[in-house]
Amino acid sequence: MEIKNKAAAGTLESSDIYVVVEPNENGIDLHLESIVYNQFNEEIEKAVRDVLNDFNVENIKIQLKDRGAVECAIRARVETALKRAGGVNS
Amino acid sequence: MSKVVNTLKEVIKLCGLKEGMRVSFHHHLRNGDHVINMVLDEIADMGYKDITVNASSVFDIHAPIVNHIRNNVVTALEVNYMGAVVGREISKGIMNKPVDFRSHGGRPSDIESGKTPIDIAFIAAPTSDNMGNCTGKYGASACGSLGYAFADAMYAKKVVVITDNLVDYPLYDFSISETYVDYVVSVDKIGDPTGIVSGTTKITRDPVGLMMASYATKVIQHSGLLQNGFSFQTGAGGASLAVAKYLKELMLKENIRGSFGMGGITGYLVDMLEAGCFETLMDVQCFDLKAVESIRENKRHREVTASHYASPTVKSAIVNNLDVVILGATQIDTNFNVNVHTDSNGYIMGGSGGHSDTAAGAKLTMIVAPLTRARLSLITDRVLCISTPGKTVDVLVTQRGIAVNPLRDDLIARLKEAKLPIIDINELKNIAEKITGIPNDVKLGDKVVGNVIYRDGTVIDKIRSVVV
Amino acid sequence: MRRSMLFMPGNSAGMLLNADALGADSIILDLEDAVSPAEKDSARILVRNALKHLNYSNCEIIVRINSIDSEFWKSDLQEIIPLRPHMIMPPKINSAGDVQIIAEYMKEIEEKHNIDKPTYIIPLIETALGVENAFEIAKSSDRVKAIFLGAEDLTADLRCKRTKNGDEIFYSRGRMVTAARAAGIDVYDTPFTDVEDEEGLREDALFAKSLGFTGKACISPRHVMTINEVFSPTIEEVEYAREVMDIIRVAEEQGKGAISLHGKMIDAPIVARARQTLEMAEALGGGVYNE
Repeated sequence: MEIKNKAAAGTLESSDIYVVVEPNENGIDLHLESIVYNQFNEEIEKAVRDVLNDFNVENIKIQLKDRGAVECAIRARVETALKRAGGVNS
Repeated sequence: MSKVVNTLKEVIKLCGLKEGMRVSFHHHLRNGDHVINMVLDEIADMGYKDITVNASSVFDIHAPIVNHIRNNVVTALEVNYMGAVVGREISKGIMNKPVDFRSHGGRPSDIESGKTPIDIAFIAAPTSDNMGNCTGKYGASACGSLGYAFADAMYAKKVVVITDNLVDYPLYDFSISETYVDYVVSVDKIGDPTGIVSGTTKITRDPVGLMMASYATKVIQHSGLLQNGFSFQTGAGGASLAVAKYLKELMLKENIRGSFGMGGITGYLVDMLEAGCFETLMDVQCFDLKAVESIRENKRHREVTASHYASPTVKSAIVNNLDVVILGATQIDTNFNVNVHTDSNGYIMGGSGGHSDTAAGAKLTMIVAPLTRARLSLITDRVLCISTPGKTVDVLVTQRGIAVNPLRDDLIARLKEAKLPIIDINELKNIAEKITGIPNDVKLGDKVVGNVIYRDGTVIDKIRSVVV
Repeated sequence: MRRSMLFMPGNSAGMLLNADALGADSIILDLEDAVSPAEKDSARILVRNALKHLNYSNCEIIVRINSIDSEFWKSDLQEIIPLRPHMIMPPKINSAGDVQIIAEYMKEIEEKHNIDKPTYIIPLIETALGVENAFEIAKSSDRVKAIFLGAEDLTADLRCKRTKNGDEIFYSRGRMVTAARAAGIDVYDTPFTDVEDEEGLREDALFAKSLGFTGKACISPRHVMTINEVFSPTIEEVEYAREVMDIIRVAEEQGKGAISLHGKMIDAPIVARARQTLEMAEALGGGVYNE
């Protein structure tokens, strides 16, 4: 799937994550900020990359501000942002 | 005759402050306190270095102490509690000497025994006369009890009362008497009332907190301890206050007349006193305006010293007669050891206060805390810092179940009989980790930045620096 | 057993985490009024993932979808039905036909995903037309296991003011209970919306119970405990039920036909009710709510 426009999903509330995606020329450019970075940075990044993979996203700039969201919420917010950015209705 | 000295500078000279000395402060003005900063600023201005500060607690308002540490004005620090702002800097390793963390009972014990002799005690007093009879009950900066300041007043070599409400001699309703006081200094403001006491402390609106409070109340109800003569302590956190509210309703319904409420006192405990749930309140510290008003007006609301409250070395202390105490935790491990000193990343953001004292004394010590905060489980294999040893902790109440220390099989039987959701603490940890995932271990630095000195004098844990 | 149904906003990641730990017998994960139009997509995905990964084992799960006059309801069902919640709550149901449209689409999705056990439906009745058609709605499909009265939208439709004592919905409440009982299903009362008024809530719930409602919905977790308490059997009810069952056993042993307790004939409905009471008390942990 192609990232056509800049889009965001999620919130900055506790236990949520705010995701901003935008088009990128070459590859996946991922920026993660998290209040549980020490405990979960690898897990969060893996979850994000899994979703990108599921949607065949190869070129994207994705910024994440995590307020301690659990994995299923992270996946949901990334998926929502992708769908919004691709102009696809879920 | 008068003991009034015009300036802090003058009084510091008169007291004969020298490098290497230990000065002390109490924390009754909490996050509204101006006294620690004004005294340390003066000491720094006068060019002193290498001072040991012994303060019952340090709050965020005391952030300027960080510079005094960096400049070697303050080279040793002894506290019972440290707020997150100063704690963060200490955790980064800015001090050469580790901070000594004691408990509210351990601190006066060590002062009285001479383990930590105080050279000069600076006592913030919301009202004082010119000879140093002083109290926290009156004045614009009223804070109620001065419980934590007594050991300092009675045992320091020099005692300076600092007040912003100097009244005619004699102040008859004094807490600390002139017999201990060397000098009195009058200043414009010892603190900011909005940071000293809350207008009203309110119970939580958080549904998870209320759920836990409801469970905690049921644990008390079925513990066998809730009968005439019952005694109780709870903190000022939202869920703790909700327990006080539910417990009051239960005690009135069941017509149970308790003996005393202890602790940091809030309006909710005052309500319980006034409703007849207790004969008396034993108050080492007031948390809100209602508590301040009550300790001033109600004879059955009694100021007590920190030693009387919790010292392990006095002939008897109130904590040893306590039935139930409700406490918090940032982490608890599967052996029931509790951390209230650091957050989950290892940064200092608290301290024992009376946590380990009351846990050691009370017949039922209950930790009430949410099973997860953001993505972190409350329960770990090993807490980052042992503040209170697990053998003194009886019950953990979370919104997803109640874990009872296996050492208390009598209690397990009672609570199961009452059909409460009793669950093994390991199982509870699994439930949490199903929600959060399994966290990586937090890697801490090698440098020791804090010693946790248990009430018996042993160092039960060392706090390590956080690698930034 | 379902006494309390707690609404949880579908787009709140934090609230979904603890939704099942707040003491409610059912939680209603809301994709409709609690979610703004711009966030419908995000709430739908979040709720789907929550159902997939959070182990909601402590309570029953109901998902409120968007109404069939919106553009969202089909997408809602496509995402949610494969996760097999216990019930779907469609709002603004006016007729049996409305339910059948939804049931038909649910069946399509279930077949596509090889789901053999149908998800039930609890129609939310919140229009004048819906109330008048309550019995038809209750009988409209095998999936309908309960109906639920929503008084906020209803009073707007009736062009009357929604009041705390609820005189204006008295007729609708009675009509709903009668329709549900005639159809042999459960019936749930509208939330009490003043979050701070605990006494008002208790009175409102007691009144609903007295009319025959099975339970009550709430929008605040702080209402759950009171609702559970009100809709649980009382000590007296449990004791009476035990007496009834005891005397029935004795009568059976002695081969007696007609029996009476405290001067009142014990007939089949009384026995059935006693059995229900004891089953409920058992489900509540061997007793009444607050011993």
